[in-house]
Amino acid sequence: MSLDGRLTSPEARDAFLPEAPGSVSMVMHRRKSKETCVTPAERTEQTQWLLAVRDARDREAFGRLFDFFAPRLKAMLLRSGLRDGSAEDVVQDVMLSVWNKAAQFDPHRAEASAWIYRIARNRQIDLYRRRPLPEPELVQEPESAEPDAAQILAMAQEAAQLRAALRNLSPEQTEALRHAYMDELPHSEISRITGLPLGTIKSRIRLGLDRLRRDLSDLRSR
Amino acid sequence: MSKITHHIPEEMLRAYAAGTLPQPFAVVIAAHVSLCDACRASVETEAALGGALLSELAPAGLDEGARDRLFAALDTAVPPPPPLRGSGIFPAPVMEALKGQPPRWKMLGGGIRQQILSADGEGSLRLLYIPRGRAVPEHSHGGLELTLVLQGSFSDCEGRFAAGDVEVASDDLDHQPIAGDEGPCICLAATDAPLRFRAMIPRLLQPLFRI
Repeated sequence: MSLDGRLTSPEARDAFLPEAPGSVSMVMHRRKSKETCVTPAERTEQTQWLLAVRDARDREAFGRLFDFFAPRLKAMLLRSGLRDGSAEDVVQDVMLSVWNKAAQFDPHRAEASAWIYRIARNRQIDLYRRRPLPEPELVQEPESAEPDAAQILAMAQEAAQLRAALRNLSPEQTEALRHAYMDELPHSEISRITGLPLGTIKSRIRLGLDRLRRDLSDLRSR
Repeated sequence: MSKITHHIPEEMLRAYAAGTLPQPFAVVIAAHVSLCDACRASVETEAALGGALLSELAPAGLDEGARDRLFAALDTAVPPPPPLRGSGIFPAPVMEALKGQPPRWKMLGGGIRQQILSADGEGSLRLLYIPRGRAVPEHSHGGLELTLVLQGSFSDCEGRFAAGDVEVASDDLDHQPIAGDEGPCICLAATDAPLRFRAMIPRLLQPLFRI
């Protein structure tokens, strides 16, 4: 992924304002030519695929999810130090969990990518913990609840803004975030690998997240 | 849950999500997140960021047969049993720690009861039952102590903690929690080191050291 893009133009900054949701996709489309980014429309599509798997056990939709996520899951697992063969096995595990646990997916609270990331992350954590990570109780939605298309779309837009905010970070900040979110490294080990003092890493992660939070705060408080 | 005012510090939530916390703390945090919309939102926001980072990773080449292997596995896939649900005042992670059984209290004296859920090299996890208005003996601990209120409330030098609230006590905090007047207080408490009761240890050690 290219890390060149700091959003400095006024219209790019507008993308963070909630009253200008349209400009998000505009910015994303314009950038698409030079970056491998995913537009909100495609993202909603991934969520639709996962819903088709959840509601209709749709294998074609599952295949599309596999084609997008499996190679990226493998990349994430290789980052954390797994050998190629083990990474392949864990990808199989994770994608099988996606199939098996699809009933737990709630598009009002997560996009497909966030939900799949969590399954993968927890699997990754279980590999080096002696015991499985205790998970919070699932939120129970009323059986009769109709899907709220506006809320699902809003999730997609929030995620698009999150990715836009990600691109606004420095390459060092992005790499620190990748360390924290994709690798199986406790924070105290990051400094050993990058040679940076821990305080710097911590403040860098915090700075990155604070900035992401600021960009998202008005969306979250809704 | 009425109103939760004492939350998990963000650093600790992040360590939980990264799987780097000792098991007893991880259970307390999973239990608190089960009860607390704000902390659940934090955890899910972090997952959104993880998902965004995942989506933008450069794809790695898969084995040629990977896709077929997975699709073959779908035919024989057995869905995992549904996770345990919460019961009464105990959210699902506590029910997991209780192995689905109601608590089996042991009397500690003074009407205080406890059930130890786990105690090993990673620390200890226990349920505490404190009768209304009763104080837990003053204690300090070698490490960190997390206490989640499941029913009733307690107060100590740090303030009042009601159902859903978590107290994070570091080793330099000498505190004496007193259960509220509204009824018995039930808590989930985790430490990463054995508890030391201030009043008791000197008394036990006195004959040995003649202090």
